[in-house]
Amino acid sequence: MVRRILLAIVLILVIGAAIFVALGWKPAIAPVDRPQASAFKPEVLSRGAQLAALGDCTVCHTAPGGRPFAGGLAVETPFGTIHSTDITPDPETGIGRWSEAAFKRAMREGVSRDGHHLYPAFPYDHFTRTKDEDISAIYAFLMTRQPVSAKAPANDLPFPLNVRFILTGWNLLFLHRDPVADDPSQPEAWNRGKYLVESLGHCGACHTPRNALGAEKRAHAFAGGVADRWTAPALDGASPAPVPWTQESLFTYLKTGFETQHSFAAGPMAPVVSDLRAVSDDDVQAISVYIASLMGPVPPPRQQEGQRAVEMATQAGLGFTRGAPDQSRDEPGAALYASACGWCHYNADSKGSSFASRQKLGLGSVSSMPDPSNLIHVILEGIPPVEGEATPIMPGFAGSFTDRQVADLANYARAHFSTRPAWKNVDDAVKAIRSGKDIDRSASRP
Amino acid sequence: MITLNVNGRDHQVDSDPTTPLLYVLRDELQMNAAKFGCGLGQCGSCTVMVDGQAIFSCVTPITALQGRKIKTVEGLGTIDRPGPMQRAFMEEQAAQCGYCIPGMMMRAQALLETNHNPSEADIRDHMRTNLCRCGTQMRILAAVRRAAGYMREAKGTGQEQGTKS
Amino acid sequence: MSALKSIAAAASLFGQTPGDPEPAAHVEAGTGPSRRSVLVGGGSLVVGFSLFGNQALAQEGGQNGGGEGTGAAAHPEEKAPALPGSLKTNPQLDSWIRIDADGAITVFTGKAELGQGIKTALSQLAAEELGVEFKAIRLVTASTGVTPNEGYTAGSHSMQDSGTAIMNAAAQVREILIGMAGTKLNLPAEQLKAENAAIVAPDGRKLGYGEIVAGQRFNTQAQPTSKLRDPLNFTIIGQEIPRVDIPGKVTGGVAYVQDLRLPGMVHARVVRPPSYGAQLTAIDTSAVEKLPGVLKIVRDGSFLAVVTAKEFQAVTAMRALQVAAEWQERPSLPNQSTYYKTFRSLPSDYRLILDSHAPTAPAAKTVSATFHRPHQSHGSIGPSCAVAHFTGGKMTVWTHTQGVYPLRKALTELLALPDEQVQCIHTEGSGCYGHNGADDVAADAALIARAFPDKPVRVQWMREDEHGWEPYGSAMITELSGSLDAGGKIVDFQFEVWSNTHNGRPGPAGNLLAAQYLEKPFTPAPPTPIPQPEGGGDRNSIPLYHIPNAKVVEHFVKTMPLRVSAMRGLGAYMNIFSIESFMDEMAVAAGADPVEFRLRHMEDARARDVISKAAEEFGWSSWKASAPGRGRGFAFARYKNLGAYCAIAAEVEVERETGAVRPVRFVAATDSGQVVNPNGIRNQVEGAIVQSSSWTLFEQVTYDNTRISSRTWSTYPILRFPALPDTVEVHIIDRPGLPFLGTGECGQGPTSAALANAVANAVGVRVRDLPLTPNRVKTAIGV
Ligand code: FES
Ligand code: FES
Repeated sequence: MVRRILLAIVLILVIGAAIFVALGWKPAIAPVDRPQASAFKPEVLSRGAQLAALGDCTVCHTAPGGRPFAGGLAVETPFGTIHSTDITPDPETGIGRWSEAAFKRAMREGVSRDGHHLYPAFPYDHFTRTKDEDISAIYAFLMTRQPVSAKAPANDLPFPLNVRFILTGWNLLFLHRDPVADDPSQPEAWNRGKYLVESLGHCGACHTPRNALGAEKRAHAFAGGVADRWTAPALDGASPAPVPWTQESLFTYLKTGFETQHSFAAGPMAPVVSDLRAVSDDDVQAISVYIASLMGPVPPPRQQEGQRAVEMATQAGLGFTRGAPDQSRDEPGAALYASACGWCHYNADSKGSSFASRQKLGLGSVSSMPDPSNLIHVILEGIPPVEGEATPIMPGFAGSFTDRQVADLANYARAHFSTRPAWKNVDDAVKAIRSGKDIDRSASRP
Repeated sequence: MITLNVNGRDHQVDSDPTTPLLYVLRDELQMNAAKFGCGLGQCGSCTVMVDGQAIFSCVTPITALQGRKIKTVEGLGTIDRPGPMQRAFMEEQAAQCGYCIPGMMMRAQALLETNHNPSEADIRDHMRTNLCRCGTQMRILAAVRRAAGYMREAKGTGQEQGTKS
Repeated sequence: MSALKSIAAAASLFGQTPGDPEPAAHVEAGTGPSRRSVLVGGGSLVVGFSLFGNQALAQEGGQNGGGEGTGAAAHPEEKAPALPGSLKTNPQLDSWIRIDADGAITVFTGKAELGQGIKTALSQLAAEELGVEFKAIRLVTASTGVTPNEGYTAGSHSMQDSGTAIMNAAAQVREILIGMAGTKLNLPAEQLKAENAAIVAPDGRKLGYGEIVAGQRFNTQAQPTSKLRDPLNFTIIGQEIPRVDIPGKVTGGVAYVQDLRLPGMVHARVVRPPSYGAQLTAIDTSAVEKLPGVLKIVRDGSFLAVVTAKEFQAVTAMRALQVAAEWQERPSLPNQSTYYKTFRSLPSDYRLILDSHAPTAPAAKTVSATFHRPHQSHGSIGPSCAVAHFTGGKMTVWTHTQGVYPLRKALTELLALPDEQVQCIHTEGSGCYGHNGADDVAADAALIARAFPDKPVRVQWMREDEHGWEPYGSAMITELSGSLDAGGKIVDFQFEVWSNTHNGRPGPAGNLLAAQYLEKPFTPAPPTPIPQPEGGGDRNSIPLYHIPNAKVVEHFVKTMPLRVSAMRGLGAYMNIFSIESFMDEMAVAAGADPVEFRLRHMEDARARDVISKAAEEFGWSSWKASAPGRGRGFAFARYKNLGAYCAIAAEVEVERETGAVRPVRFVAATDSGQVVNPNGIRNQVEGAIVQSSSWTLFEQVTYDNTRISSRTWSTYPILRFPALPDTVEVHIIDRPGLPFLGTGECGQGPTSAALANAVANAVGVRVRDLPLTPNRVKTAIGV
C-alpha cells in the first residue's frame, strides 16, 4: 500500500516534471542575418525610438559610462545581482542575429533566441502586453543601432535561482499574458495611457509592491514599491505628495523632471524622466491622464493638507534669518538644517529674490513618504550633476555628517516639512543605507 | 564654545553653531586656503577633509564637527616644507588663477589617502564635484597622478614628508 | 602701531601704499623649493631674421588693452609714438625700473596678474636684459599713482605692450649703468659688461648696480632703439621658470583680494535686485538691524547693502534683507526662444569692415550658412571681491579689476572725488577672462565704505550675483556665403555678423552696476564699437586666407537686452567658430581635405607653419577612426589677425544615441613670436582649449522675460572632469627675436570650430548653433 502510494507520488512527480519540461522547454529560433536599415520605414524607426525611450531600454541596458543599449549594468535584486545584456545588433554579444519573431518571443515570454529563460528583472511580464506593431517598431529601432560588442558579466545568483529553468514555474504562476483591455467608457487618452503604463512603461515594476518570489502583487497595483533601494511612491490614492498631483502637474513633472508644486525627479526616477523627453507630448499626456485617474478624486482633507503644505513652505521662507525658522533652533537637526540645507531650500523667491527654482522642501514628497529611505539617500548621496545639462545639483553629506546627524536632519525635515507623524528607527535606516543595504520599511513607518 | 580640531590643533570657537566651517576657517582662524566659490556645495572651492573624507566646508556647520578631525591645505605642508600634494602641484605648474586649486588638492588628498593607486577613471570620477574655470584640469590630473606617486614612494620608505596626520 | 600704519603694512603685501613702493614680503620672490629647469628650444634657436640689435623690439597694431574701454584712462595718450610697446605712453624709464642704493631692483608694470603668469614672464624679461638673476627682480603690478598707466590688461596685450616696454627699458637702463660705470671706472663702455647685477671691467673690477646709481633716479626718456641682447645668448628668456605665485597659492598664503584681512576690517554684502532695472519700493529693516553683528544698512535708491563685523553675519543679514525687500520688477528681457529673431530686428549700425575686389575665375558652386551663439558667462570660480577704505577724504580700493586707471576714473566720477584722492591697487582675484564683476564690486565696496568710513570694508559677491549680474559675452549671429571656382578655390566670400558691443567697461561711472541703481543714477555710456584692426563684434571677421573678393559687414546692435561686455576673445570666438566651420563646409563642397584646403588659401608663412605643425603632430594624414562615432576636426586663426597664430586639431567621439560629444584629444600648434616662458604659453593654450570646449559644448545664459535664470552651476552647467579629453598637446613654434604676440585668447576660437568640424566628421551632421549640447546634436543626427 505504502509502496503504491509512493509509486503514485513518484509517477505524479515524473508526469508533472514532464509537463513542466514540455511547458518550459523552448526551442532556439534560427539565427538570421541582420536586416538592412533600408528594410525599415523611417516613420517606423522614429516611432521605435520613442517607444524604446518610453520603455526605458537604455536605463537598464547601459552600464555606467558605457554605450547605450550595450548592457552590463548590475541590477541588484533581493535575490542577487543580475547583469543586463547587450541589445545592440552585435552578432555575437547582442541581438544582431535575432529575427523579429525571436525578439517578440523575448519581449512576450522572457525567452532568449537560443531558448534560455530570461530573469524577470527584464520586465517581460509587462512587455508581454505590448502590441505587435509596437514591438516591431522597437525591433526596427534596435536593429539599426550601432553594434557594440559587449559581453555582460556573469550574474551572481545563489542556487537554485541560477538554474534558469525554474523560471518556468515563475512564469506559470505570475506571467499573465492578457492584453491591456480598452475601457470604452474612458476617453481615448486614458486608454492609451493605461496601455503605455501597463505595458512598455512598466511603471508597476517599481511602483507596485512585490511578493516573496519577486512578482508584482497585482491586487495592490501601484501601492508603492522599491527601486534600487529607494522607495517608489504609491501612484494610487495613497500617493504621499503633499500637494495632490493633477494631470497637468504630472505632465510637467514627467516631461521636464520638475514641477513647482512638487519636486525634482531624483534617484532612479531621474533617468526615467530624462528618457521621456524624447517621447511625444501626446503619449506623456496620456500617461499623466491615466496615473491621475489611479490616484482618484482628491478628498477635501487631502486638499487642505496640500494647502497647508504650500503655506508652510512659503512661511519657511518668510521666517528666514539663519536659513531655518527661529523657533525650532533648539531641536537637534535645526542647526544642521540651517547651514547645510537652508541656503538652497528656503523660499524667498516669492519675495522677489534671485533664487527662483530652488526646491521648496515642504512640497517634495521626500519628507512625506511613509519611510525615510529616499530622504536619507538624498542627504547622503546628494543629487549629482548631469554632464552639461541644467539639472539640480545637491551635494552629498555622507562625509560631513555622522549617522546620528543624518538621522537628526531627517527627523527635523519630517517635523518641519511634512504634516505626517514622525518616522521610527531612523538611526537604523541611516546605518543600513550607509552600508549599502536596504532598510526595514515596516520598522520605520510611523 | 565649540572645539574644532584643525590640522591636529584644537581651536575654541565661539561663532554661532550654524556657521559653516568655511567662514570659521577664514574669518576666525585666518586660514586662506579654503575658498568661497558658491556656498551651495556645487563647485568644490571650499573643499576640506573631515575624518579623512572630502567635504564642502561652505555647507557644513561647525556644530557638526565637534570632536572630528579637520584637515586643510595648511595641514599638507608649508611653503618651505611642502607636502607631496603641494610639491606635485608646483612641479606640474598646475594653476592658472589658482583659486580652485586648494579645493582640488583636498579632494584629491582624500582619494589618495584611501586609494594609493587610483586609475585615471577613478581620479576623474572622484574629482567631478570640483570645478575649475581657467581650464587647468589637465594639469590638475597630472599633479594628482604625480602626488600619488610621491605618496606611494613615501609609504615605501616610511616617510611622508611634510604631512601631519 | 596706529591702525593706519598697520593697514599700510598689511596692504604692502598686496601691492603698495601710495607713493611708497615697498618691497613685498609676499611669496612672489619665492620660486618653489623644487623646480624643473628645462631649457626648451635649446639648440633650436633660429637665427637670421632677428629684429634685435640696434633696433628696438617694435610691436604691431592696436591700442593698450585691445582697444577695450572708453576714454583717456582706458587708452592713455601716446606721448612718444616712436617708442616700442607701452613706452609710447609712458616714456620715462623711471616709471618702469627703479634701482635702490642697496641694489634692490623694482620693476613696474601697468598690467595685472590674472592667473596668466604675467608676473613671471615680465620678470624674466627684466632680469634677462638687466643682466641679473631672475630672483633679483621685484615686480610691482598695476596700481594707480605707482605704476604706469597701461589701460586694461586685456586683449592678450600684456606681453606686447608691457613686455616690450620692460624689455627695452631694461636694456636701456643696463646701457645707462654701463655708461655710468664707465665714467666711474674711467673706461670706455665697450670694454664693460653687465653681469649678475654688476658692471664688470676686463681687469676684474666690479661695480654693483646699487653703488652705481646710489639711489638716484634715471630721469631719462626712453630711446626709440635699444641694444637688446642676442636671443642666442638668452639665459632666462625662453626658460620654463616656475611661476612665482604658485607656491603661495598651494600652501594657503595670502594670495587674493578675497584673502585680504586688514586691521579693523568689516564685511558687507549687497542685496541685488531680483532682475534688471527692478526698483526697491519698500523695505522694513528694523528686524535685520537687530541681527547679531549688523553695523549698518546702507541704502541709496535701489542700492541696498549691509555692513557687519563678521563675514557670515553679512551673508545672513543679506538673506534676511532679501526677504524683507519689496521690488518692482518689469519684464525687460526678450523671449529666449525667439531671441535671435528679435536680436536681428533690433536697430543696428551698418559697419562695412572689408570690401575687396579682384578678378577671378567664374564661380562654380556657392555655399551658405548661418550660425548662432547665445550669451555666455565668464563664471569666475571665485565671486568678485573688493576691499575699500575711506578715510580722511581719501578712498583706497583693493581690486581685481583689469584696469586700475579706468576704474579710478569711474570711481572719481561716481564718488565726486578728485583723481589724487582715489587709489586703486590691483590685487589678484579668481580668474576673470574679461570684464566680470570685478569693477562692479569695487564700486559696491567704495559706496559702502563712503557710507561707513574709517574702516576697511570687504565685499564679496554671492554666486548668484556673479552669475546674474556679470556682463556676459554677447549673443551673436553670423551669416556666411562663399563661392568656389571649378578648381575648388574660393573666389568670393561674404560675411555678416550681428552683435552687441563687447565693450561695456568702466571709465564712465554709468558702466558700474551700482551706479545705475542709486537715488541719482548714472546712465551707462552708449555702446561703441572697437575699431579694426582689433575689432569687437567684428574681431577676426576678416579671414586671414587669401580670398580675392570678400565683403565683411558688422551689424552693430546698440540695444542690449542683457548686460554685455568683454569676454575672452570678444567677437573672435564666434567669428572664428563661424568662419572655420564654414571653411570645412567649403572644403566638403570642393571635395578637398580640410587641412589641404586651408593651406591652399593661405599665403602667410607663419600661418602655414602652425597649420602644418598641428596637422603633423596630430597625425592628420594617416588618421583613421579607431571606433564608430570618432571624428576629427581642424581649425586655425591668428588672433585678431595680429596676435598669436594658433591651429588646433581635435578628435572627438560622438554618441549617436544621446548626441553627447566627448573630446578625445586636442593637438595645438602656436606661434607667439619670441617665447618668454614656454610653460606659460602652454598653460594658457591648454586652458583656452578646455575652457572653450566648455563654452562650445555646454554653455548658455538662460532667462525668462524678467529674470536671468542661470544663476548657479546647476542652472549654468560647465565642463566637469569626466568630460575632459584624454590629452591636450600644445606645440610651440619659437621665433627668437620676433615680437611677442598675445597668446592668452588665441585658442578660444579655433577650439570651437575644431570641435564642430570633428562632430561633423564623426556623424555627418553639422551643428551651427552653439552650444553643441547633446540634445542639439542628437536632433541633428535624427533616429
Ligand atoms: S563654495 Fe563650497 S562648494 Fe562651492
Ligand atoms: S585655476 Fe582658475 S579656477 Fe582653476
